[in-house]
Amino acid sequence: MTFLQFLITGLSLGSVYAIIALGYTMVYGIAKMLNFAHGDIIMVGAYLAYFAMGKYNLPALVAVMISVLVCTLLGVVVERLAYKPLRKVSSLSVLITAIGVSYLLQNGAQLLWSSAPKMFTSIIPPNTIRLFDGQLTITHLSIFTIVVTLAIMIALTLFVNNSKMGKAMRACSEDKDTARLMGINVDTTISVTFAIGSGLAAIAAVLYASAYQSISPTLGSMPGIKAFTAAVFGGIGSMPGAFLGGLLLGVIETLVKGYLTTQLSDAFVFGILIIILLVKPNGLLGHKYSEKV
Amino acid sequence: MSNLKNLITRKFFAAGKLNRTFSYLLVIIGYLLLQSLSNAGALTSHFSSLLVPLTSYIVIAIALNLTVGFSGELSLGHAGFMGVGAFSAVIVSGLLTPYLPSAPLRLIVAMLAGAIVSAIFGALIGIPVLKLEGDYLAIVTLAFNQIIKTVINSIYLGYDNNGIQFSFVNNKISLGPGAVTILKGPIGANGIKRISTFTAGFVLILITLLIVYNLINSRKGRAIMACRDNRIAAESVGINVMHVKLEAFIISAALAGAAGALYGLNYSTLTPAKFDYNLSIMILVYVVLGGLGNIAGTIISTSILYILPEQLRFLQDYRMIIYAVVLIGIMLITNNDWFRYQLARLSRKLKRRRKKAKGGAGND
Repeated sequence: MTFLQFLITGLSLGSVYAIIALGYTMVYGIAKMLNFAHGDIIMVGAYLAYFAMGKYNLPALVAVMISVLVCTLLGVVVERLAYKPLRKVSSLSVLITAIGVSYLLQNGAQLLWSSAPKMFTSIIPPNTIRLFDGQLTITHLSIFTIVVTLAIMIALTLFVNNSKMGKAMRACSEDKDTARLMGINVDTTISVTFAIGSGLAAIAAVLYASAYQSISPTLGSMPGIKAFTAAVFGGIGSMPGAFLGGLLLGVIETLVKGYLTTQLSDAFVFGILIIILLVKPNGLLGHKYSEKV
Repeated sequence: MSNLKNLITRKFFAAGKLNRTFSYLLVIIGYLLLQSLSNAGALTSHFSSLLVPLTSYIVIAIALNLTVGFSGELSLGHAGFMGVGAFSAVIVSGLLTPYLPSAPLRLIVAMLAGAIVSAIFGALIGIPVLKLEGDYLAIVTLAFNQIIKTVINSIYLGYDNNGIQFSFVNNKISLGPGAVTILKGPIGANGIKRISTFTAGFVLILITLLIVYNLINSRKGRAIMACRDNRIAAESVGINVMHVKLEAFIISAALAGAAGALYGLNYSTLTPAKFDYNLSIMILVYVVLGGLGNIAGTIISTSILYILPEQLRFLQDYRMIIYAVVLIGIMLITNNDWFRYQLARLSRKLKRRRKKAKGGAGND
């Protein structure tokens, strides 16, 4: 029964990782860049929801919508101003720029909202479901998180596979120049990808903050790194991979924390990542591209 | 065609030699200047306290440039090696204090220990990691950095008159008379004897320059760069790519470990949390802004980027925002086509002028 308990907690944590990892992997698939500022967009999203709910007393749904909207805008603006001019240069320059954006967001938040942690009230009332004579307790929040993640994953898969924009995204991730020749507006496609990724980050932010109930300007860095790991775990650039990677990472982390050790849980999570990459160098569901000589 | 090739190689070696001379001059003049200013009491105590960390950052930045710039492997985990070096040095120095009272000698032994332990870790990590490529390699080095940090976080170490006691994860140490605790898990090390000096840092930079310049100008160094430029072509001329890359990685790790030892023994308290991926990223920024494969550039950028934000503390909270904006600005400007074109035109103009002046002198 404890195993089931850990499994559900892990799936709920993993769902949040999965949503963030989807953003990472979509951006990587199309722009071929490691967006180090993704974690800080999560932080901004959490603060926006906090202020919308705490200060202006808006209902949770409206607060989440505002947070998603502003983060989407932020993602597009950052992409246009900082990443777009660097599309043709070495990936290392883009990486450093992304680090700069990350510093900017983190320190901007510290300046605007102070570095002291703030209490975040969960968007879902803290009720639980008790099963098997109270041996198994599930919070409404974890069910909500898992359901939202599933819905997002299904919607996103449908979008990428069936819509015109989704087709354009897949074309751009294969070959940008050929996509341009086929009449696809590559710039718009990349912007839309960043918009979706940042919007997802805002949703993840609210779910993450609801679970931990405390937010600070450095909130985004740890889930950011974990989700990045999850994306690589599943094969970076692959959407089902990011989803699977996120869930697995959450479950592994919770099981290690529950059965083995809390202190060393990060070491185990990253250790498993390394072992998986050694066995499957392109992640669980990543494509293997052979090099032509 | 052969003419062009000749020109490029000659230019490359000239640039290499120039870069080497410039680096040595820069370090020696910088040291003499700062040391004499310090002796004259012209430096504030805050500025003086930055000197040893600066030297250790310069060493680790050069080490990282060897990996990222010359070997072409993006490592996001060099702070891990620095941490291994730092804590090995703290342990060695702590254990040796009763037996080796001479501080400089203990520092040398501790730095050697830091370098050796870090090199061992470099080999352990490098063998699996270097099979991966590109961004996968980056994430795995980052993962190793986090693992190293977490593991150091769980070590408890101390000694008393009866001997050394060690425990992992749970603190089971109970020390008797003559107790000295060296490592206390997440709290790290307290009461470290501060034995690092600016002169030691200067010597370490010189040794680093000696090692790295000799390596990259050797047969092995050319093999390293060949693997970076084209792995398949390098393999086809008989270079053992794995072997060559591993060697560069281990040397880089050892240097980072020595730098960490110098850094660790400069503070009386040291926490493992200091050596997380944020530090790795900070050093990577120094390397990229200084120029990949440009060691003189690394020295300059590390000095500026480390000292400047520290000196701008009066700007308080705005300091890091300015730093971030400058970072983004530099990347955007230096990669701007128009700016690059103007820069290339300027350098062509200067070269033509120099040629003209030379030609004129020859005719006379």
